[in-house]
Formats: sequence, C-alpha cells, structure tokens
Amino acid sequence: MRIGIGLPTSTPGATGHGLLDWARRADEGPFSSLGVVDRMVYDSYDPLVALAAAAGVTTRLTLCTMIAISPIRRTAVLAKQAASVDAISGGRLVLGVSIGARRDDYEAAGAQYAGRGAQLSRQLAELRDIWDDEQVGPRPSSSGGPVLLVGGGSGASFQRAARHADGYVHGGGPPRAFASAADKARAAWVEAGRPGEPTLWGQSYFSLTGGGAGDAYMRDYYAFTGGFVERIAAGLLTTPEAIREQIRGYADAGCEELVLLPATSDPAELDALADVVA
Amino acid sequence: MKITVVGAGPSGLYFALLMKRNDPSHEITVLERNPPDATYGWGVVFSEDTLAELRDADYPTYLAFDEALVRWSAIDVRYRDRTLRSFGHGFSAIARPKLLSILQERARDLGVDLRFGVEVADVNELDGDLIVGADGVRSVVRAASEKQFATTWEGLGSRYVWYGTDLVFDVFTFIFRQTKYGLFQVHGYPIDGQRSTFIVETTEQTWRNAGLDRMTEQESLAFCADLFADHLGEHRLLSNASVWRTFDTIRNRSWSTGKTVIMGDAAHTAHFSIGSGTKLAIEDAVALAKAFAAHPENLPAAFAEYELERQGAVERFQEAATDSARYFEQVSRYLDFEPEQFEFNLLTRSGRITYADLELRDPAVVNRIDRLVGAAPQRIVTQPSGMTPLQIGDLTVPNRVVLAPVLADSSDEGTPGADVRAALVEAAEAGAGLVMAGPVAVSAHGRITSGSPGLWTAAHAGEWQAVVAAVRAAGSAAALRLTHSGRRGSTRPRTRGVDRPLGRGGWTTLAPSAIPYAPWMPAPAAAEEQHFRDVAEDFAATASFAAQSGAAALVIDCSDGYLLASFLSPLSNQRMDGYGGSLENRLRYPLEILDAVRGAWPADRPVGVRLVADDRHRGGLTPDDAVEIARRMAAAGAAFFDVAAGLTVGTDAGAGDYRRLYQVQLADRIRNEAGVPVIAGGRITTLDEINTVVAAGRADLCVLDPRRYR
Repeated sequence: MRIGIGLPTSTPGATGHGLLDWARRADEGPFSSLGVVDRMVYDSYDPLVALAAAAGVTTRLTLCTMIAISPIRRTAVLAKQAASVDAISGGRLVLGVSIGARRDDYEAAGAQYAGRGAQLSRQLAELRDIWDDEQVGPRPSSSGGPVLLVGGGSGASFQRAARHADGYVHGGGPPRAFASAADKARAAWVEAGRPGEPTLWGQSYFSLTGGGAGDAYMRDYYAFTGGFVERIAAGLLTTPEAIREQIRGYADAGCEELVLLPATSDPAELDALADVVA
Repeated sequence: MKITVVGAGPSGLYFALLMKRNDPSHEITVLERNPPDATYGWGVVFSEDTLAELRDADYPTYLAFDEALVRWSAIDVRYRDRTLRSFGHGFSAIARPKLLSILQERARDLGVDLRFGVEVADVNELDGDLIVGADGVRSVVRAASEKQFATTWEGLGSRYVWYGTDLVFDVFTFIFRQTKYGLFQVHGYPIDGQRSTFIVETTEQTWRNAGLDRMTEQESLAFCADLFADHLGEHRLLSNASVWRTFDTIRNRSWSTGKTVIMGDAAHTAHFSIGSGTKLAIEDAVALAKAFAAHPENLPAAFAEYELERQGAVERFQEAATDSARYFEQVSRYLDFEPEQFEFNLLTRSGRITYADLELRDPAVVNRIDRLVGAAPQRIVTQPSGMTPLQIGDLTVPNRVVLAPVLADSSDEGTPGADVRAALVEAAEAGAGLVMAGPVAVSAHGRITSGSPGLWTAAHAGEWQAVVAAVRAAGSAAALRLTHSGRRGSTRPRTRGVDRPLGRGGWTTLAPSAIPYAPWMPAPAAAEEQHFRDVAEDFAATASFAAQSGAAALVIDCSDGYLLASFLSPLSNQRMDGYGGSLENRLRYPLEILDAVRGAWPADRPVGVRLVADDRHRGGLTPDDAVEIARRMAAAGAAFFDVAAGLTVGTDAGAGDYRRLYQVQLADRIRNEAGVPVIAGGRITTLDEINTVVAAGRADLCVLDPRRYR
C-alpha cells in the first residue's frame, strides 16, 4: 500500500504560500500522493486550482481529489480543468468524484440537488467522451483520460464506480468500514462485467502536532452532520501508534493508497507524519 | 451526574446499576410506568457470549442469573413425523420476571432510586444531566426527538403470538405443522423448571385463512392448543394478555441528541426468531456505562463512543434477524425438502451460522446433510456438500463451484484472444466443476464491445474447440453463455468503463423498442420481423458451432440488459404487438430463441438460461415475474437457471446492496418456487459459503469469486 498526504486546503490558516511550501515538502517526503478535499460553502480552496498550483512545485506526487463534488460543476468545464491539471502535471492527476453531502454546496453553485446521483453518472460517461474529443484540449496524457475514482456509500455509488470509473475512493473510517466498502466495490465490479479489479483508495484525518486544533477543525468542518460529528471527530488519528495501526488495517483490507489528510495547516504535521511513515 | 432513566426493563436497570456501582456519587432515578411485578413476555434467551459479557460487567448479578438460568445445547426440529436434534448450540434462558427482579434488587442495593407507576407526560420536563430512553419499542423518549434520531420502522410480514406453557421443553424446539389453512410454526424453549415459552407464528394469509383475525384471545388460545395438542399432551397453553402481533424492525440513525440517549428496544429491534432483543439491550447498557467510565461527565464523547461501539454490531444483528424473519415468512416454500435439508436450512437461515460452524458444533448434522446432498445415504466418509457432483440431465458437473471469469475485450472480430483462453483454462485448473465462458456473441452485431469474443464462424468454432478441450482436460465441464448484446452493443472495450459507445466503427444496435440503454447512448432500432428471424438463426447457428466445439452445456443470456433481457423487461420492451405488453408476450421471443437453440443442440446436453430475476427497478421485472418466467422456460426445455439481477437500464436505479451473498435469496426463490436447478452468484467468496448454500438447498451451483484465494 502507498501512503499519500493531504494538502491542507480547508484547514484554518491555509495560505497560498503555505500550500505551495507544503506541496514542495510532500514531494520531497516519503509520500506517494497529495490529496485535496472539496467544499463549496466553506473557507477552503478549489481542489483543482490547488492541485494545479501544486503541480507547478512538485515533480513526482500523484495529485488526487478526494473527492471533488462533481455535479456542482459543469461537465465540460470540469473535464477541461482536469485535463489541464493532468497535462500540466505530466499525467499525475487522479480525479475522485462524488455527490458530496451538503445541499448548500449545490445551492451556492446554482446546481440542482435533486437527481445529483444520476447527474454524476452522466458526467462520468461524458468526461471520458470529452477527454477523447479532439476539439476540446488539452489532450490527457493517457488514453481515456486521468484515473477516475468514485466515492459514496450507497449501492448506487458502488455501481457507478463499477460502470464508469477505474475504482473506488472510500470516505474514511476504521479499517473494518473500508474493508466492507471495498468488498462491495469489488462485487459491483464483477456484476458490471468489468475485467480486472477496481483501484481502491482510502483516507483518514490525522493531527500529530496540532493539539486541540485538529479536533476543533473536525468539529467545524463536519458540523453539518449533526449527531455524527462526534463520531467523525473520534476517528481523528492523533498518535503515531494510531496511524501505524490504521495503515496496517487498511493494507490488510486491500487498500492501494491511503491518503492521510491533515486536520491543521501546521507544517510540522507533515514532518511528524513523514517520521511515522518513513 | 444526575441521571434519569426512563423504563425499568433489562437495559434501563442494568445501565442504572452499572453507573451507580462505578460511581456511587451519581444520583440515578429509574422511572417505570408499570408496577414492579408487571410482566410482559415469558422468557428471554442468552448465548454463552452474552453470559460471558454479563459476568465481566457485574459479577453479583451474574451469580444471581446463574442460579436461575435454564441451559441447553441442543435444537430440535420437529418436521413431518421426524424430530431432528443437533447439539453444540449453547443457549440459556431465564424467566423475564425473574430477570427483572434480580436487576431491581441489585439496583436498589446499590442505591438507585426506582419509581414504579410513573407515567412520563413530557420528556422535556425530565430533570437530569443525562436522560436515558430505555423505554422499549414504544419509547416516549425516542418519540419526543424522532427527527433527531431519524427513526424508521420496517414491518415484517408474519403474525405471531407469545404464549407460555406448563410443558417443559428439554431443548430449544421448532415445530412445523401443515394445516388446510397453511403452515404454522412454534418457537419453544424452557424458561424455568415449570414452564416454557411457546411462540406460534404464521403468515398473514394463513392467519386470515384460519379465521384468527376474527377470534378473541381465548378462541385463539384454544385454536393453537388444539393445533399442537399432540405436542402439548396433557399440558396447557397459557396466555399473558397474549394477542397476535406483527413485528416491526426499528432503526435509528442516531442514538443520541443533546443530553438524551436511547438504548435497547427504544433504539433498535431485531426479530425474535434469533432471540437477541434482551441480549442487545443489555449489551447497550454495558457499552454506555463503559463509555461513561472512559469519558466521565462528557456526554458528547461518551455518546460517540457508545454509538461507534454498538451501531455496527446491532446493524449486523438486525440484518441477520431480518433474514431469519424472512425465512419464516417463506418457509412453506421448503416443505418438499427432506428433513435433513429442512433442518440444515433452518439452522443456517440468518447467515450467522455456516456449514463450517455447524461442523464444529455438531459433526453429525453436517454428515447427515452431506450424505443426502451427495446421494450416499449409507456412507459416513463423505464429501462436503459443495464438492458433490451434480447431475443435470445427462451432464455430470463434478462439483458445485462455478467459475465465470470476466473475459478481457481482446478478441479480434470475435476470435477469442489468448487471454480469454488462458482465463478459462486457469478457472478449470483451479478446480471449478463448471467453467462458464461468456458472454459469447452470436453474431458480429451481437457483440457487446469491439473486443467481445464470439462464435459465428467455423474459424471461431475451431478456437472454442481448443478452449473447451483444455477446460475438459483439466476436469471441468464447459458451458458457453450465448449473448446478443441488443441495445448494449457497439461499445468500446470495458477497460475504462461499460456502455461507452464506439462511435466510428460502431453499428446500429437492436432492441424491442427504440429506447436507448442510457441517456448518452444512441437509440437502438426497434426489432422488425426480419430481425427476429435473423437473430433466431444466429442463435441456432452458434448452438451448432458450440455443439461441434464439444461444450457440455449452453446458457442463453436473458440478463444484464442484453437483447433477450430487454424483451422480458417492461422498462425496455414497450412493443404493442405480440412480443410486448403481457408477461406472456414479453416471453415470446426468448422462448422462440430457446426453441431455436434446442433444435440445433444435441438433445442429451442441457440448455440453461441466465435470467434477470429482478430488475431492482420500479416498474420493472419483479421476482414474482421471474418465478413465472422460469416455470415457463423450464416447461419449454430450459434445464437450469443462472440467476442474475439488475443492469436492465443504464441509469443509477437498480443497484444491488452488494452485501455478502446478496443474490442468494433470489436464487433460492427461483429454485424453490419454480422447482428448477439454479446457479447463484453475487459476492460468494468462500468455499464454506458454497457448502452452506448448497447444503441448505438455496442453490445447486454457486459462482465463486476466487479473489480471496489467489
């Protein structure tokens, strides 16, 4: 299993300079990928813009959206942006997409909330077509475009990943939750008649140096989940032991890439994590 | 903390006494609407695991329980005129009033304030730092915040009545009694030295047929006593305000809000047939008390830990209990089973106990089913059920494992590529009884993708002959799945996704009606007379080539939204002629194809059908339809059915839930309602699962996903 690290695009105190510095150091560190999350109505950076900036200061990291809320974006514009990040980075983009979890993100973007699942499926089919279209550049660096992952926990999400994507990206939780979702993703894959196996990615939040700041961020970012916020916050990994245990559990469950997302913008988080995973 | 517990049932009392014991400075009040000696129900069942947990949680109450418990390790199944007994199950039961009096006494001794006969009028008026809703199925605490908890109710179909009897069963006993009204069953177990619980259950239909819907409590009691008179002997049935009920499975997305938390039946119910309601309730109490020990005074943290600890475990129990309840709703479907298979199916109904588990509990149970499935009644040295041969007509499949590798889209103009052959030979060498090869296109326009393998020329036949010979040499039977892609044709190889139109180099697809499979796909041509003839000829020609290739069986593909499935489904077939409309009309063309294939295929080799048995889509084909379709196809010469579901349309609706064995219930239904051999698929990943499914009579063959073993 490969280990990635998140780019702190939604944590308090994330500055443009800080993000670039973080990306540079991640590229020099023991990480395989750099992941970004997505939220419209929040003090956060746009995921694809952030990855484009990161592309300019990195040379080897895979750049991944975990996930981008795809239905709030116009398909052709999203396709072009993704192809651009892919081209700028020399083919390093992995595009994870999902329907997200919040109605207000849709309202703020002027996108329709009802029917978002069907819209996502249609977008997945269309993204590939646009990437193949000779009129709309830039040409993605591999045929069929960047690696596409789908997130979400419903049967429809697993089916969508199996029909239209290259794999599944899990939304976080203990290894057991990942393993259960991974088994479902594989079952849907077989049912859909896809050769080979789905690519499986996981994610977890961590904070090794932030003190209470990481917990505070989790509670704020996930406040919209109501009663679930406590449980999500309880999943924050705050010790090297907890991180190692999570890594072991995810590896055993067949995860290919686990992206550890920082819950603060403190650059020391990156160094501390590098020490754990090195 | 000042704690108010609403409800003096097992979870409320147990939580109260644990909290008080852990920290005597807590002020704990338990409010109960009923008097202290009021009882509902007769007895409750615990497993060995639950007892161990109780021993760890509070030793004094465990000791008191221990004296009052009735223990047994066997389950009797009384079916037809036989009683089958299996051992090693390890259960115990206690009379509910006794359980409550033990808990009341311990709670009082510790200084919990128990108040009986107190009706909670307004939950918001309750005083305390912590409010615990342990007030059962009709919880007023839950009702006051139903929106925050996101409560759902799911009604289950059967009727049941909870009696007692002065007959003391010696072990847990299931009794099945067929009547002119339908089937009744009893769940019975001893609760102390004098009495047993005696639950009578039947379907809504049978309940009405017998007139029980119009009977008084006394009349119902007399009816049941009479029905089971030969089992009761001189003993009586006892009523405790026992009336017929239906069971609701209650779920709550959240179990806490503000300073309020719910537990036990207030938070979740699980059908009584796996006997876990009280067990789950008490485990909730233990978990919540433990969470407060870890996070004293910190409600949000304790609630989070409690929910994390309990919700997953409870969900799994609820799923198993629902599967068990559904088994009892459908059990009359199995009345043709031999007693040994009936018993095995019953013991494995909830999915929590498998063939391997039973082998450990009681090897004799497993041996008797293996002998039956292996048709070797005199043998003691047997093969596991899933490894026994299966006879379909003249074909012997050496074991019950099907491997159906997804084939790469590497074929050139239908000629199977080297990797197709390699995948199939690998499946045979892995030991599959049956290797299912396909989809194999019956014509160039019947291909799914530009790289789909096919069989419509003599050259193709030569290639398949080599594949089939290699599969046979490895000891497996080879079946070819013959497919016309219909409106899912003319797509690109599936390496990056399915249903991506070919564009250049594509062809016009064919369907009963000119409705595209998905919004981004071109509309197919609606089939006309010439198409009907051509496609039937293609199927027949392919069947002839397949016969030459030496394949042991053919499977006609009526699944996955391909041409013949699209005729069966009202979602894709909106024709106004003799091929559309009624089920009979939608079946017409698939039956014509079956006929054409049978005509071109040796009579001594079986033809099966891969059948979409559920569109999983509103307005689509239902399992009821599929049972009827299977019956008619079987009458027309289909020898077995490979049961599939979904994929009828290209949009989101129609996804499965993809949980373990998610397709087996459907296969079970087709097999045992239409009376046909079936292949089950859908996330079957271990040989133990296959042994279980075959031994239980839910399917005859299983498609294994072998990834775990690679």
